[in-house]
Amino acid sequence: MARETLIPAERDLDTIDIDVNVGPQHPATHGVFRMVITVDGEVVRDLDPVIGYMHRGNEKLPENCDFRQVIGYHDRTDYLAQFNTEHCWVEAVEKLGGIVPTERSQYIRVILAELNRITSHLMFFGAFGTDAGLFGTSFMYAFRDREYVQEFFEEITGERMMYNYYRPGGVAWDVPENFKERCNQILDRIRSGISDLEGLMIGNEVVLARCRNLSPMTPEQAINWGLSGPLLRSTGLAHDIRRAEPYSIYDRFEFDIPTGTTGDVYDRLLVRLKEMTESIRIVEQALEKMPEGPIMAEGMKRILRVPAGEVYMRVESPRGEYGVYVVSTGVDKPYRHKVRGASFCNISALREMSVGHFVADVILILGSTDIVLCEVDR
Amino acid sequence: MLLAISSNPWLDALVRLGIVALLLPVGVIWLTWLERKVIGRLQQRLGPMRVGPYGLLQGIADTIKLITKEDVRPVTADRWVFELAPFVIVVPVIMALAALPFTAEILVRNMALGLFYIVAVTGLSIVGMVMAGWGSDNKYALLGAVRAGAQLISYEVPLILTAVAVAMLAQSMNLQAIVGAQHDTPFIAYQPLGFIVFSIATLAELYRQPFDIPVAESEVVGGATVEYSGIRWSMFQLGEFASLVLFSVLGSLIFLGGWTWPLDPDGLDGSIQALLMVVKVAMFIIFFMWMRGSLPRLRIDQLMALCWQVLLPFTLLQIMINGLVLAYDWPDWTLTALSGAGAAAMIFVVYQAARREGVPLAPSAGPQRVGSVL
Repeated sequence: MARETLIPAERDLDTIDIDVNVGPQHPATHGVFRMVITVDGEVVRDLDPVIGYMHRGNEKLPENCDFRQVIGYHDRTDYLAQFNTEHCWVEAVEKLGGIVPTERSQYIRVILAELNRITSHLMFFGAFGTDAGLFGTSFMYAFRDREYVQEFFEEITGERMMYNYYRPGGVAWDVPENFKERCNQILDRIRSGISDLEGLMIGNEVVLARCRNLSPMTPEQAINWGLSGPLLRSTGLAHDIRRAEPYSIYDRFEFDIPTGTTGDVYDRLLVRLKEMTESIRIVEQALEKMPEGPIMAEGMKRILRVPAGEVYMRVESPRGEYGVYVVSTGVDKPYRHKVRGASFCNISALREMSVGHFVADVILILGSTDIVLCEVDR
Repeated sequence: MLLAISSNPWLDALVRLGIVALLLPVGVIWLTWLERKVIGRLQQRLGPMRVGPYGLLQGIADTIKLITKEDVRPVTADRWVFELAPFVIVVPVIMALAALPFTAEILVRNMALGLFYIVAVTGLSIVGMVMAGWGSDNKYALLGAVRAGAQLISYEVPLILTAVAVAMLAQSMNLQAIVGAQHDTPFIAYQPLGFIVFSIATLAELYRQPFDIPVAESEVVGGATVEYSGIRWSMFQLGEFASLVLFSVLGSLIFLGGWTWPLDPDGLDGSIQALLMVVKVAMFIIFFMWMRGSLPRLRIDQLMALCWQVLLPFTLLQIMINGLVLAYDWPDWTLTALSGAGAAAMIFVVYQAARREGVPLAPSAGPQRVGSVL
């Protein structure tokens, strides 16, 4: 039996569409995103995303900063995947300056970046459950496990949110002695947390009814809109920069790239859930192979001057391709600094994904793109 | 207990209703505390702990805050519609409580058509929701009110029909007689299908998850009540929790055997009856709170489909089963068996529907406006 949206073909009464302003102060907009939706009853006829409320000049400000000071600004672009964004920046500087980071620091970076991917996806599941109408339950469950990892990050970096820990050539300081034991503890916690979330959300009949076949994307559409990350992989394309263009030491680990089939909202959930498991695998392998040794490359100057040139470095952040384009003129500051935010590109497809759906579905679709407004507006 | 307050029946009823109206806010204050505690435990939190022992005084603190808060009315609001709406929501609930017996003795009035009166009167509160949504002059409120209207009118139908099924079995609309008819077997054993439909329809009537579409926090930000503040907003809260109590008591009376089952009705004194009722009502209330903490929200078309395509046919089936069994005088266990089979069939249908690989819900082609709103 074909299900169709319940829209009468002919109307007896003349109706008018009304514009509803969702955001920037709205529980479902994940920050200060605003969208003007034109609704005809419950059906969204048009959608106009309005961004820029969080613009802080995060691309221009670093052009007046030392190469190492810029790390802090990358914490603030994607505040849910700080280690991933820092990773991108330090890799870019190393690529440009020909700096080879030490082995141990590379392992530390990968472990922390993968754990950060897990915290980001946990945050997604919490927020998505709230969008879907769970009265905060998914949020509290996801945050319980996220908190363990967050505390671990705090032990290492001394910060809860803006870690500022990676450095060109290595990391700022060595990890505590009980690093491996703590990591294993946390992985156990996360495993049980993932199965909790799976029981709460993935198998839930209401989630199944709401999310499956909602707003499917084809791989062609996804490529045309420049989608990346879980949104792209949910359409069935196994494109992951960790595999397609390995950076750091990702070529040494075995992991699968989870993909969906139809690219609907449910596939996006599943892909993120499986990615957490894959991240656990990577962390386990990295912990096994992690060598002792120095954490900072030899001969790093106090003031870092990288040779003139330009570079585009991209990493796989939890939201997709996070890239940074740097031009150096040989002085101690970047001449041009441009960020390619995954959220910004993913949100551009929102209108295409949403028009014609119900108001309630648009909230779910927006939630499933997992945007971080700081990364969109920069 | 409250056997005879006055010989004048009017005065007697007025005093009793006054006691109900006074007890109601106290009960609601306590219920809000309970809900926060229950949901807190579901979410691995403690819930309110700061005000009083185990946060017991939290409700009172909240009430004081709400009373002292500024009562804001939007300039463009339709004044009288806006200001009257909270009362239109609360009054029907209190009217319904006038006919609802808690035990054989604790009641306001024993009406011959009590069940009919209660389902008729509770349907009125939708007027208050629509008034609130219209009067606020707010698009979210309007959307919420329209959703509330659609939802309440739809779910009234299965709710009333399950009441009809109960009345058929009890051969009476008098709630006292309905409870009396269940003294050896509660009606949940005879018609599990009716009980499940009643529970689902009640969830929808109370705007609780998964049917909290009219008040959806992440979509319409509280729905019709979005522009209300202070004491007016707390009137909505009062109405919501009072209907929670109302429907829980009603469910206990018509399905769980009220104050008689499972104990022998003759030897019971009033306090045991009340205790029995408290246990049954608490089961309902905790069930509603549990649902709120563990289920996401359905979409409006799925809600309608569930009502008209699943609940309504199966309620009619229950009525047919009752009619057949009563007309041909079949033994009682056939009723249980047929209704149980119906309940299993309904659960199977919903289970299959949720897992069915449906046709992708493609965006509908329609006239799209060109250009930006900005």
